[in-house]
Amino acid sequence: MYIYDDIDQRLVQERVAQFRDQTRRFLAGALGEDEFRPLRLQNGLYIQRFAPMLRIAIPYGLLSSRQLRKLAHIVRTFDRGYGHFSTRQNLQLNWPRLQDVPDILAELAEVQMHAIQTSGNCVRNITTDHFAGVARDEIVDSFVWCELIRQWSTFHPEFAYLPRKFKIAVNGAQADRAATFLHDIGVHALRNDAGETCFRVIVGGGMGRTPIIGHAIREFLPWRHLLTYLDAILRVYNRYGRRDNKYKARIKILVKQLGPEEFARHVEAEWSHHADGPATLMEEEVRRIEARFTRPAHPALAAFDAGYEAKRATEPAFAAWVKRNIHPHKVTGYVAVTLSLKKTGVPPGDATAGQMDAVADLAERYSFGELRVSHEQNLILADVAQRDLHALWREARELGLATPNIGLLTNIIACPGGDFCSLANAKSIPVAEAIQQRFDDLDYQHDIGELDLNISGCMNSCGHHHVGHIGILGVDKNGEEWYQITIGGNQGLTRTGLTPPGLTSAGSAAAVGKVIGPSFARADVPEVIERLIGAYLVKRESEVERFVDCVGRIGIEPFKEAVYGSLDQKRTHRERQLAAA
Amino acid sequence: MAALIRNGRIENDSWRLLSADIEVRLLDVSAHPDLIVPLVLWQRRREELLGRGGRLGLRLGPDDGLEIIANDVAHFVVIAVDFPSFTDGRGYSTARLLRERHGFKGELRAIGDVLRDQLLYLQRCGFDSFTLRDDQDPVAALDAFKELAVRYQGDALDPRPLFRRRLAAGVA
Repeated sequence: MYIYDDIDQRLVQERVAQFRDQTRRFLAGALGEDEFRPLRLQNGLYIQRFAPMLRIAIPYGLLSSRQLRKLAHIVRTFDRGYGHFSTRQNLQLNWPRLQDVPDILAELAEVQMHAIQTSGNCVRNITTDHFAGVARDEIVDSFVWCELIRQWSTFHPEFAYLPRKFKIAVNGAQADRAATFLHDIGVHALRNDAGETCFRVIVGGGMGRTPIIGHAIREFLPWRHLLTYLDAILRVYNRYGRRDNKYKARIKILVKQLGPEEFARHVEAEWSHHADGPATLMEEEVRRIEARFTRPAHPALAAFDAGYEAKRATEPAFAAWVKRNIHPHKVTGYVAVTLSLKKTGVPPGDATAGQMDAVADLAERYSFGELRVSHEQNLILADVAQRDLHALWREARELGLATPNIGLLTNIIACPGGDFCSLANAKSIPVAEAIQQRFDDLDYQHDIGELDLNISGCMNSCGHHHVGHIGILGVDKNGEEWYQITIGGNQGLTRTGLTPPGLTSAGSAAAVGKVIGPSFARADVPEVIERLIGAYLVKRESEVERFVDCVGRIGIEPFKEAVYGSLDQKRTHRERQLAAA
Repeated sequence: MAALIRNGRIENDSWRLLSADIEVRLLDVSAHPDLIVPLVLWQRRREELLGRGGRLGLRLGPDDGLEIIANDVAHFVVIAVDFPSFTDGRGYSTARLLRERHGFKGELRAIGDVLRDQLLYLQRCGFDSFTLRDDQDPVAALDAFKELAVRYQGDALDPRPLFRRRLAAGVA
């Protein structure tokens, strides 16, 4: 956990006072709606379908038990008793009152939290690998670099009114669990031949209306230059990014328009003025930030725990959970545990105040009082002793947080969709639930194997549908909700060992899914998924070949065929849809 | 009348600001002693502007390429950077470049859609004068400069980020 010093604390308190005054002026009519909008957005506050929506920052997804209890208190006191963990590792409240928001921010400041820059056209919350600091394939502890970038980006005076929002992800491991190729900037730690920390800098990736895989514009950037290089990229974007059309304003459009090489030349030219300047990082500062992180002091444990092995051998339900929800840890005898927020019937990523309090307790008793939020919208206890797993599992099961579906079809990523969001074309949550019900048989899910299924209620793609192995997008046709299906999307190399570490951007496994054909009514979606899966099970070479690998090998045609039938049937289908629309 | 905040105080403005789309050929540039001229006028009538008496200022729009006037900044007592909308953040980079790269030491003025709640960041990017939008209360606006004292990054006022200031102050 990063522990604030006096200056960090003063900053969040100053922000609360500033926003309290801005809100007061707005409510008094002294500050207009248009003038207030960017101010509230940079404090996480949207005006939503039913009420304001408040997005609370969870920097790089890391939380302490004390902070989670505060979040539970806030959703209980100021909202309706639950919150939504988002794909940016943040927490969203759906029902706060505008006049309460300054008090909510004051409560957050008490536990070293805030909602700074969680929205608006500025640098947003920095995201990273949810296994940072514990993964066996770690190159650097990405939390340290995330915190350095967080401080650099917080109240950066030059970049508060960018053409559009700006998202940065940092990955510090061999595998890319932070989707770095799908961010405005992705930063990937490397080691050079001398063993020094360097970064690959990837720009111009993103989802939304125009999904694009990012381009690496710099390999082996020495760590000292990380912040000056970010300054240079942001300045080029701030000066030259389009501002006439919000759908063409993201940096990916500028990179595409100039071409990655030309964009890189602009950045290098700008950076030549920053290189070795005052914003160049210093060893002392990196060490200081490192030292402000508390680390679990893991008591030494044996690799083999007889009790654990016995339970695993005799209790199939426990064994199934271990198989799916456990990730290896760099310290012997420990593992990282994912608590699934993807139980059938519960909106993906939602947690009640009671669950938050209970998870805070679990984290305290089993994982050194810390936890993480993953971009897949689950909670992670990163430092659990193997010998405690069975007891933890029993408690998590009682809380409805032990669904053994991590990496499987029902671990659905979904945005809040039309039930809450005013931008959405269609609902996401009922679609997720219908699919979860259709595939409720766990043995069947395990047989299908690893599969990312992502749902977005509109083209803004908060549910990351473009990179779902199966993606579902809500579209509006003459005022009705329809769903477009894509297959073959991929968030990147989430597992190690699949590709050699020195890979270049050309070798990125990240991919945008392809549309299989005309869209479907909501009621038909589970059947379509069933047919896609059916085709995969017939076509796969072996159980090792995942759905997405199979699509990559044989293309989307066999899957289209399975869904729409022969060409004739396809035409009939389209006619039927047109008639219905 | 739009109020001018300069160097942290409300002051009277002696400058005449010419419109960005002014008719370049017809204008009598000797009519006013303190004149802020748009880039196009500077480019077309440079010698005449330098030769006339009185002080000279330059008006820059968000699309105006800074590089063109990089060697000219010493001629201007004031440079006014236009914010067509307060959400158009290009002027922040313009200001930093003028101050930190092109060595402009004169008065750097934010004009256009200039509002109280952006003043602090504008100041940090190098602006030291602000022509507020007509509806803004200049007295209340002065409070904006004090709202956020903590500054992690270096800026036009002090290029050192907090970690260098901290080391210089001998604080661990």
